Amino acid sequence: MILLGCAILGAAFGWVVTGPDPLDPSYGAGLTPDPEAGALVFAAGGCVSCHAAPKSEGDKMLVLAGGLPFPSDFGTFHAPNISPDPNHGIGGWTLPQFARAVTRGVSPEGQHYYPAFPYAAYQHLAPQDVVNLFAYMQTLPAAEVPSLPHEVGFPFNVRRGLGVWKMLFLKDEYVMADVSDAQVERGRYLVEGMAHCGECHTPRNALGGLQREAWLTGAPNPSGKGRIPSITPAHLDWSQADLVEYFTSGFTPEYDSAGGEMAEVVRNLAQLPESDREAIAAYLKALPGG
Amino acid sequence: MHLTKSITAISLGALVIATAGFAAGHSDKAAAAAVGARHAQMQLIAYHTGILGGMAKGEAEYDAEKAKVAASNLHAAATLDTSTMWIEGTENGMVEGSDAKAEVWTDAEGFASKLENLQTASAAMMDAAGTDLDALKAGMGNLGKACGACHDDYRVPKS
Repeated sequence: MILLGCAILGAAFGWVVTGPDPLDPSYGAGLTPDPEAGALVFAAGGCVSCHAAPKSEGDKMLVLAGGLPFPSDFGTFHAPNISPDPNHGIGGWTLPQFARAVTRGVSPEGQHYYPAFPYAAYQHLAPQDVVNLFAYMQTLPAAEVPSLPHEVGFPFNVRRGLGVWKMLFLKDEYVMADVSDAQVERGRYLVEGMAHCGECHTPRNALGGLQREAWLTGAPNPSGKGRIPSITPAHLDWSQADLVEYFTSGFTPEYDSAGGEMAEVVRNLAQLPESDREAIAAYLKALPGG
Repeated sequence: MHLTKSITAISLGALVIATAGFAAGHSDKAAAAAVGARHAQMQLIAYHTGILGGMAKGEAEYDAEKAKVAASNLHAAATLDTSTMWIEGTENGMVEGSDAKAEVWTDAEGFASKLENLQTASAAMMDAAGTDLDALKAGMGNLGKACGACHDDYRVPKS
């Protein structure tokens, strides 16, 4: 009897803690959307790099039809359609629903998203930036393409389990606890938040949680080939000017160019104001090991 | 009689193997040399981009004359006829040191268009470099885009 009681209590507890964060219906109230500013959030967030249809180029990249596969130890995820199409994309979403999706990783239906979607980083987004981003994304072309289902087996296909994942690994405090000045603070917002650099440059544990104690120290490439490099000062001796040039033109100090996914990141970062690229560089130089 | 036949067969066999071996050695050498020449071309491009980049970064003082010469050499290196160096069978995995994807040859048209983008950017840089520092900086962005776009599609990722 006691055992049964414990089991019921345990199950109830489990059900509660794995529940998605509630929707805040007043999110963004009183904020004025600025789609032009949203375009910069969109660039810094690197949305096109994952959500554009694979192999698209130029203006076609703004059609966020999704479809790009992300192989992982847990299965293959597919980036969904996030174009303003009302049926297949996010055209029917409200701002609070969009904000919950981006910053809490919860769908309008109240289902957890897989953390292939970098909400662990986007949770830091300021409401004004989310409001601007949402406004900008409404201006993009709609794609009448259904999203591809994820290819994920048991037990990882139990979405409720992601509630446990979030409880264990979704930390709302910044990794760099103390910032020395406003520039580094802006850099922290970009690196740890919007631009989600840690998602690739930080190693993960067996459950896919970021190893924050090894922040930005490099990780195996999930594609299985090669390593994503450490970008802490202990391993990367580039100057502030070297870093800014890299984010602007993609040139390394040897005047080789960024390749692979990083070439796309540079394409995104190049659209930001120079002060933002300088802030990212200042943050990286401020990491331990410098 | 039998013996003679056998000896002839063996000799012929040995000759065939030796010839094949020589041919392989010869083409290996030519392939490695072609890859070496491509690397030299890339190095020429990188070296002159570095002169411009040093000014863009503020590591070196802006010097219009020097920038113009660097851009013109860069453009010269970027407009070399590729047919002598980008020979078939020299992709990654076939020749040591080659990072070229097989797509360079299987999608020759795409590769050529990426090269053309570089030549457009390097031609524009010849004008920009001598104009002023801001023009040079803007030119660096376009140059970098052209380099990166091609490397992205036609060079194997570095590990």
